[in-house]
Amino acid sequence: MSEHTSATEPVLSVRGLRKVFGTQVAVDDMNFDLLPGRSLAIVGESGSGKTTVARMIVGLEKPTAGTIVACGRDRSKPARRGAERKLRGREVQIVFQDPYSSLDPRQSGADLIDEVLRVHHDHHASDRKRIVGELAEIVGLDQRQINAMPKALSGGQRQRVAIARALATDPHVLILDESVAALDVSIQAQVLNVLADIRDERGISYVLISHDLAVVRQLTEEAIVMQRGIVVEQGVTADILDDPQHAYTQMLRASVPGPGWKPQRMRERKAAADAAAEAAAS
Amino acid sequence: MSSLLEVRDLTVQLKMDAGPREVITGTSLDIGEGEAMGLVGESGSGKSMTAKAIARLLPDGATVTGSVTFDGTDVLALSGDALLKHRAQVAVVFQDPRAHINPVRRISDFMTESLRILDDVPKAEAVRKAAAALDEVGIDDPGKRLKQFPHELSGGMLQRVMIATALLSEPRLLLADECTTALDVTTQAEVMAILDDLRRDRGLSMLFITHDLELAGAVCDRTCVMYAGQIVETSAASRLHEDPLHPYSAALVQARPDISSTAERLVAIPGRPVSAFEAPSGCRFAPRCPHSLDSCRSTDQVLTDLDGGVVRCGRATDLRGNLLDGAHV
Repeated sequence: MSEHTSATEPVLSVRGLRKVFGTQVAVDDMNFDLLPGRSLAIVGESGSGKTTVARMIVGLEKPTAGTIVACGRDRSKPARRGAERKLRGREVQIVFQDPYSSLDPRQSGADLIDEVLRVHHDHHASDRKRIVGELAEIVGLDQRQINAMPKALSGGQRQRVAIARALATDPHVLILDESVAALDVSIQAQVLNVLADIRDERGISYVLISHDLAVVRQLTEEAIVMQRGIVVEQGVTADILDDPQHAYTQMLRASVPGPGWKPQRMRERKAAADAAAEAAAS
Repeated sequence: MSSLLEVRDLTVQLKMDAGPREVITGTSLDIGEGEAMGLVGESGSGKSMTAKAIARLLPDGATVTGSVTFDGTDVLALSGDALLKHRAQVAVVFQDPRAHINPVRRISDFMTESLRILDDVPKAEAVRKAAAALDEVGIDDPGKRLKQFPHELSGGMLQRVMIATALLSEPRLLLADECTTALDVTTQAEVMAILDDLRRDRGLSMLFITHDLELAGAVCDRTCVMYAGQIVETSAASRLHEDPLHPYSAALVQARPDISSTAERLVAIPGRPVSAFEAPSGCRFAPRCPHSLDSCRSTDQVLTDLDGGVVRCGRATDLRGNLLDGAHV
């Protein structure tokens, strides 16, 4: 499906990416390559800078330094012409966390997708109708649901509309910014399966921004762990989760409840760490 | 363990524009002294409404039948001072602390208000108690925090303030309604550890409401699973994961991705969760259940004892031990 990239060229390449808000360093020196059909997770807690990375990639935020290259084109600086901005929109799309605030309440899913198709592609009206139907089928919405106003849809159905809208430009990269975090467990599983199917069928690449390590494990092959703007660990998702190297990643991993999990007070954790440091020093 | 709280056959209807809507149908549960009970379910299952009924915080116009007994007192009949006293003994911590605190008042005003007004505690004494409560939930420099405004505190810090405030009335039962859902995982671990300590040190009982089966399993003694306004299973929390009795509990366990392995495909539950008022007759989960038979749809299911738990499924005896198919164990 890709006319710009071969299978070995990254669809998204980030080098030395940095963003400073006032005196606050939100993102410091981030580097990664994303290959076609692969998925990368950016993991961290609130304030780690993960959403700022997503916003810079789609062009909602201007990097302070560094380069972002998508589909072979640099997008570190704001687009200078409308056509270039549209091209960038076609190549990289985003699905936000909250489908209650990210959809226009007065527009049905079908109208929303039709509008995206009119803006980005030169299709005949009947073709657009066919594509809307195809996209609805991919994300598992029936005719009634795709033609319904958002208020008539559940959270999971709205999020499917948002995914269908993002797919309408036929993007090479889809950014999923906590896109399944607000969904009920049973619906989350449906949406994760849909995302996996889309990737297999279309060879699209995902950047998953998430705090949920189990979702990260399910959907991605590689992961970056961020803490207060700094990349503390980067590598194969399974390795990072099975054998975390950095102290922060270890703490994240240990904080996830599971069988035999015993939550520990910060004071106890600190005391244990201090005792270990003292023992190491003597 | 004697029961501190007994809920029997609780049914709640809310007044909506379109007429009364049932949100809970015939719920029964017991919580013992010092016991932590999990209450798990998806949106609309009625878990928050159960907590609100126990704390007598249901919206105006709600119709309630059945009984709620706390330490021998009929909760549904309380009014006036007796109701205030009940709410002091049964404290609630909600999901979003910022929605439950006055943003233009200092932390100390918020925390000491009920002590000073209801219990006539002198100001200095009330502030001292508030500082001690903040210290108990692991907040450093309580004196400084008390003088701050809510916007100066992070979400995790504010949630600890809410827990500390709940403690000031010396409650015997804490209703924790998704109280860690909005928090980061490391902060969630801290808050859970605090709740665990409180249970041990004060013998506090807890109803822990969450959508996270793993979290409930890790910190609770027993867990109730709710679906469409009904309890469908109550089992030992540790057991729910390994050997659930109800097909819905099993489906929830399997739908959740596993942090230690990648599944080829997640076992999703078809359809969407429903509320009590939109539920079909017969077994409410039957339309989404892979094990349902025609008889499931035609007969209302009742809670029955099985293997030390309670389950609302006519096929539970046939299906026991085979619901997880070896996956996710």
